[in-house]
Amino acid sequence: MGESLFDKIWARHSLAEEGGKTLLYIDRVVVDDVRAPQVLKNLDRRGLSIRRPDLAVVVMDHSVPSFPKLAAGSSVFIDAARAAARQHDLRLLDVGDAEQGISHVAAPELGFVLPGSTYLCVDSHAPTVGGLGALGLACGSSELEHVLATQAMWVRKPRQMRINLAGTLGAGVCAKDVILYVIGRLGLEAARGAALEFAGRVVTTMPVEARFTLCNMAVELGARTCLVSPDKTTLAWLAQRRLAPHGDLWNQAQDDWLSMRSDPDARFDADLTIDCTALAPQITWGTSPAQVASISGHVPTAAEAGLDEASWQRAINYIDLAPGAALAGTKIDRVFIGSCTNARLSDLESAAQVLAGHHIADHVTAVVVPGSRTVARQAQEQGLRDLFERAGFLWGEPGCSMCAGGGGEKVAPGERIVSTTNRNFENRQGPGVRTHLASPATAAAAAIMGQICDPRALLAKG
Amino acid sequence: MDKFTSVRGAAAPLLIDNINTDQITPVQFMRALEPDYQAGLFARWRADPNTPFVLDRPRFHRAPILVTGGNFGCGSAREVAVWALAAHGVRCIVARSFSEVYRESLIKNGMLPIVLDPPSGAAFERCVVDVDGRLPFEVDLVRNTIVCPDGKAFSFAIDPGERTALLEGLDDVAMTMRHRSRIEAWEKEAAMRQPWLQRIADPPTGS
Repeated sequence: MGESLFDKIWARHSLAEEGGKTLLYIDRVVVDDVRAPQVLKNLDRRGLSIRRPDLAVVVMDHSVPSFPKLAAGSSVFIDAARAAARQHDLRLLDVGDAEQGISHVAAPELGFVLPGSTYLCVDSHAPTVGGLGALGLACGSSELEHVLATQAMWVRKPRQMRINLAGTLGAGVCAKDVILYVIGRLGLEAARGAALEFAGRVVTTMPVEARFTLCNMAVELGARTCLVSPDKTTLAWLAQRRLAPHGDLWNQAQDDWLSMRSDPDARFDADLTIDCTALAPQITWGTSPAQVASISGHVPTAAEAGLDEASWQRAINYIDLAPGAALAGTKIDRVFIGSCTNARLSDLESAAQVLAGHHIADHVTAVVVPGSRTVARQAQEQGLRDLFERAGFLWGEPGCSMCAGGGGEKVAPGERIVSTTNRNFENRQGPGVRTHLASPATAAAAAIMGQICDPRALLAKG
Repeated sequence: MDKFTSVRGAAAPLLIDNINTDQITPVQFMRALEPDYQAGLFARWRADPNTPFVLDRPRFHRAPILVTGGNFGCGSAREVAVWALAAHGVRCIVARSFSEVYRESLIKNGMLPIVLDPPSGAAFERCVVDVDGRLPFEVDLVRNTIVCPDGKAFSFAIDPGERTALLEGLDDVAMTMRHRSRIEAWEKEAAMRQPWLQRIADPPTGS
């Protein structure tokens, strides 16, 4: 019987088994600015040292102010994280460094994370790196202490699930639309605790950056980890990354990575196929990523949404939309393009295609925050920053920014925002803020029109 | 890590599915290096005067058992969402299901996550709602049972390793370092087989 990519990574990294769990070797650890101060202090307090500081990096992302002048005082974590990183001789991607960015954007982009490796971060979106074929695991702060001290983690072996994405995506439809559709169709618990693999023609023809978007939001299906088997597209994306292997080592590594791909006869506990050919841009209407509809759709009734009356009513009350109302045409106040879901260069390019030749609506505040300084630099070189700013967007400093509001950005209560982030939970982007999750193209279109609208209409007009 | 053998006290019903960690501990209340965890706990729900929050009812003050819906603790991996419940006195959470990361964080904090089989779970939830905090429940990890005030008992399953860790309050790092020689051997093998995993080319700028 064939093995999946997950089976191969798991077998390669298994150190021991005990009490129903497997001890897995962890190849790479990213520690973010919010967790670093406390976790590193606790290690000291416990008299523990970091076993392999050379395999870890401290990354400033959650509390980096997008607009430093507006967010003075939000640097308490940054100052403490910097001091802790230096004290423990850890690599640091500091605010202002050329390669700083959001953990799951900057780490793969640097070549710090590699196919077939295991990656740990105290951030639920660690599985993002599965887009490269790396096994990303999220954990809490206590587990991070344990992993820093031992370089290993006890994990209950997850069940395996594969989703084959068949068909071809239409123009103006992207990975974000696919993953929102999948979550809407399967629900928040569909992959709870599972190791998920995305496969199928949509995935194999997809750029690596789009694969990151898919794996990123697999977390919203409950997946413990999510993978895409590495292929020539992966290798091309990774080649020449600064911390990736070079020369003979690269040749050796790429043969190894391709051998890690899921075998054609690999078995999964659940194996589904979803056809994406007729897929339209998607947007959420409620307060969970599973409460999603096509851009031409309407706010559903409880029965249409398949929700119990109380949950549906709660979502409708919070989002303040009437059942039956068309989503397109809903007036919005704000647009945010960014986060570990959609802040890579291709995301900015996709938004820019819609924005070209347009200006945002007068009543809209639109913000774009590149996922890393590398992305920001490339965007600037390609003229994208200029295009965004001429269209009326504010250009922020790389970090998590408005995804969870840790960087001090304020959105007024009751504001309605179209956001390329991953969670539209109540109060997630600020008290009373109403979030509609969508792709960068859909967010750009909403900024121009001042209302939710189909980006394809703007792309067609050119 | 704190030991867990048994707890006895009120079981607070919060029977909603998909309660996420943004709801348990809103990020706006966690913007300090050492925030007041208890003050942040379900802060937005508790601030709503229209719907008195279950843990604020006097009979559920420091209730050690929380009884909740499916996919509890989904969303952000923030461990403050565990510490905030611990600060309120919660030691055991009975849920229809847990987010795996949240469940693991509970164990790390010496707190017991329980998922009953669905028929038992439904019966137990009915019992918790009926009793409504008037009488104590007992959760016993030695016997793997929850005992309702009327004496009815429900047994639950738990991974043997997690059970031992909770009962004995074991130090996780010490437990793992019993495998130190295996970890060291693995690193030597990997350095030969996949040297790119064990050796990173050169330090990033900024270090």
